[in-house]
Amino acid sequence: MTTILRLPKLLTGLALIATLLTVTPALLAQNAAVVSIKHFMFEPMSLTVHPGTNVTWKNFDGEPHLVVSADGLFRSPALDQGDTFSYRFNKPGTYSIFCSIHPNMRATIVVR
Amino acid sequence: MSSDSSDPLLNPSRRHALKCLAFGGGTLFVLSGGVLTPFSLHASETDSLKTSGKPLFVQITDSHIGFKKEANPDVAGTLRRTIDLVNAMPARPSMAIHTGDITHLSKPEEFDLAGQLLSGLQIPELHTVPGEHDVTDGTGTEYFRRYGKNSDNRGYYSFDHSGVHFVALVNVMQFKPNGLGNLGDEQIEWLERDLKGRPSSMPIVVFTHMPLWTIYAPWGWGTGDSGAALSYLKRFGSVTVLNGHIHQIVSKVEGNITFHTARSTAYPQPAAGEGEGPGPLTVPRDRLASMLGMTRVDIVAHPQRTVLHDTALA
Repeated sequence: MTTILRLPKLLTGLALIATLLTVTPALLAQNAAVVSIKHFMFEPMSLTVHPGTNVTWKNFDGEPHLVVSADGLFRSPALDQGDTFSYRFNKPGTYSIFCSIHPNMRATIVVR
Repeated sequence: MSSDSSDPLLNPSRRHALKCLAFGGGTLFVLSGGVLTPFSLHASETDSLKTSGKPLFVQITDSHIGFKKEANPDVAGTLRRTIDLVNAMPARPSMAIHTGDITHLSKPEEFDLAGQLLSGLQIPELHTVPGEHDVTDGTGTEYFRRYGKNSDNRGYYSFDHSGVHFVALVNVMQFKPNGLGNLGDEQIEWLERDLKGRPSSMPIVVFTHMPLWTIYAPWGWGTGDSGAALSYLKRFGSVTVLNGHIHQIVSKVEGNITFHTARSTAYPQPAAGEGEGPGPLTVPRDRLASMLGMTRVDIVAHPQRTVLHDTALA
């Protein structure tokens, strides 16, 4: 008898947790984004984020890479395998990124 | 009377006299057995110069001190072996050039170790240019602190050595969206001024890190604005362009210009397009030494030109 009565409460609790799980990542995505550096490429090659987003680059290649903004706004140290670098984009605009050791590796970050 | 003593070529004192005359070149008419025979004294001297030449300098490149991954866990060791190879040469030249990527990540300790190893070269003169791995901080602070003096920290410079004009260029510090090497207008204008008025018979050697001609654009193997630079070099009778960066030998001759890249002393890279990118290529351990090495450049007379000899570690 008591088990059947508890079920609605359990379902509500589960529903609440499920909602939080779906909403929270979306909230995080507004403030942070990750770019992977893999196989001599930035993945994704084009990323759109809101102003105030902290973008983190992570190098998965055995070869070191650097993350450099073409307009001179920022420059990472040389990133070995596993190293990361972050930059918070506060101003809207289109930012061109490249690797200064392999300058044919290009990417764009659109902030709007 | 034996026929030997009448033959001037077999008579020792006459042979000595003939040898002395040979330095001026030309033709000597010899009276031998009553017959006047033309004897070219010039031939043997120039033949030996034509075939072997005189060692002018060695090129070492892409030592990547600081690299410690699978392709070569001991780049200091292979640089040492390359230096030993140079030191063991029976006729050692008096000059060496390093065409860049001395270090792997521009770190002070990497430059320290590289400098230590390079000082083991039994060659009095060493000239360098930076690779993109040497200037990862953007301004090349560590590179210029150690190697910037002879160019007032500009990175590009020229000098004469044994009658050859050497030009050092930098193409790794002003990358454009095309992803290729870039010289920049200031350096190109300097090059035009530097070459102006020099006799076209003077051999020119140009050295810079990234290839000055397009080998494979998708991997950045080329220099976007080298066209103007090459146009200033076209009028010279002998131009040798030496580069590194691609960790393998690729060569091209265009008119009087010979383009040549050298093997790395650290690790090989895949051939153009054969892989996901221009990174270290891991080969079976017993094959590595055959893919590393250096280049010796000899100067040959008549006509004056360079001859390149690539030597592998094994």
